[in-house]
Amino acid sequence: MEPRDRLVGTGDPMTDVVMRAEDVRKRFGRLEVLKGVSLDVTQRETICIIGPSGSGKTTFIRCINHLEKIDGGRITVNGHLIGYRQKGERLVEDSEKSIARQRTQIGMVFQRFNLFPHKTALENVVEAPVHVLGRDKDEATAEGVALLTRVGLRDKCDTYPGKLSGGQQQRVAIARSLAMKPALILFDEPTSALDPEVTGEVLAVMEELAHEGMTMIVVTHEMGFAREAADRVVMMDEGVIIEEGTPEHFFEAPEHERTKQFLSKIL
Amino acid sequence: MVWVRIAHPDHAFFRALYTTVYMAVIAQFMGVVLGLIAALMRSSRLAPLRWLSGLYIWIFRGTPLLVQIFFIYYGTNELFGVNIIPNTLHLGLFSLDGAVLAGILALGINEGAYMREIIRAGIDSIDKGQMEAAKSLGMRYGLAMRRIVLPQAARVIVPPLGNEFNNMLKTTSLVFTIGVYEMFADAEIGYSNSFLPAEYFLGVAFWYLVLTTVWAFIQAAIERKLAASERGEELSFIERMQAAWNPATAWWARGTR
Repeated sequence: MEPRDRLVGTGDPMTDVVMRAEDVRKRFGRLEVLKGVSLDVTQRETICIIGPSGSGKTTFIRCINHLEKIDGGRITVNGHLIGYRQKGERLVEDSEKSIARQRTQIGMVFQRFNLFPHKTALENVVEAPVHVLGRDKDEATAEGVALLTRVGLRDKCDTYPGKLSGGQQQRVAIARSLAMKPALILFDEPTSALDPEVTGEVLAVMEELAHEGMTMIVVTHEMGFAREAADRVVMMDEGVIIEEGTPEHFFEAPEHERTKQFLSKIL
Repeated sequence: MVWVRIAHPDHAFFRALYTTVYMAVIAQFMGVVLGLIAALMRSSRLAPLRWLSGLYIWIFRGTPLLVQIFFIYYGTNELFGVNIIPNTLHLGLFSLDGAVLAGILALGINEGAYMREIIRAGIDSIDKGQMEAAKSLGMRYGLAMRRIVLPQAARVIVPPLGNEFNNMLKTTSLVFTIGVYEMFADAEIGYSNSFLPAEYFLGVAFWYLVLTTVWAFIQAAIERKLAASERGEELSFIERMQAAWNPATAWWARGTR
């Protein structure tokens, strides 16, 4: 695979849409988790998805990089259909190879970090640029050190994840996904597994990213972060988006009854 | 007189010991390779591959190894109508006796069935998030397996693998039944000629013990190396040895540290 220069993603030149979800449906057995979710995310935008557990928000962002197959609708990133190929009227699942290639453009930060425990912080960051994109190792390493410095972990380059705190691990995970220079980063409840004292250091890194113009979709319960960094907040409940708007709209004058209920419980 | 067999083994005995060791090494290597292939086949998307993997362990774990050895050595020619097991296999610099070849094949294929379960358990022990993280970075299944999952699974696989090889060193004694001149054959023949069972069988038992003990040391060193990368603090070599010798005391030693 050719290393490509796509720092902030090229996007659709006409509309600047990086990610477009249209009527996405997903079921686990009998349970319909997503009942038609549509969402556009434009370049440099930070979207926070909030909602009660079981509302389908995590499932939704896992569909965006095809960690979950979808049963209906379509998702495109930078204009490319994710996970499927159009075959006449129908969509058929894409080859593993092209799904893998699409994922190089979509970063993901997990709730449980999922760092590779047998590799040092720096090796975690350098792994995919070298072995997936075929980048030069020295070059990738220099960039890796720069990324770890950016998330405040310059002195932890040679430390194994097992020796890092949760907050440090999550910052390494953010650096790891930045190393791929993705068009979009998905955050799946990035601070839910952290102690309250270290939540701040991770959120600070994410806020900085948001202000630097990274396109981000963040599933979170951190309303402070949503208020501070989000361009748009999306409320999901029972597999559909029930309300979306600016943080001001959300925290001052939510319209939907369900949103009011939810916010009053967690604020 | 036992001490003569132990302390002054003859030349023929050392050839037999060499045969035992290389048969065990090759058969174990074969078992690991077959086990890995079968383990990956088990989780394949293609149903026939999954069935084949299941059929393999069903047959080879469900029938006696001795029967498998006899079948492969004597039975395959009749069954397939061609000489699969030649009298002697010439491999450039050295040649392999047909019986040795059959023995290695039988031991290796049989071992693969057990290794499949061990490797499978190792792979299953790795958190699913590892594969997901690898995939989300654009890795394909093979690359993610090779670079992320298997290196971690190795830590889980190596201790039982060591036990399997310990077993293998001793199980090679079965192939004396098809005429391979290995350690037990040497003892058996010496005994039939002399009617000194205690001397020959105690002697050979001692040498098996030497082999398995040397292996225990090697295994401990390998495990120490594997563990080193994942933990900041490393067990000392002595502690590892203790773990290999006696897990109970090792546990105690760690607990009091």
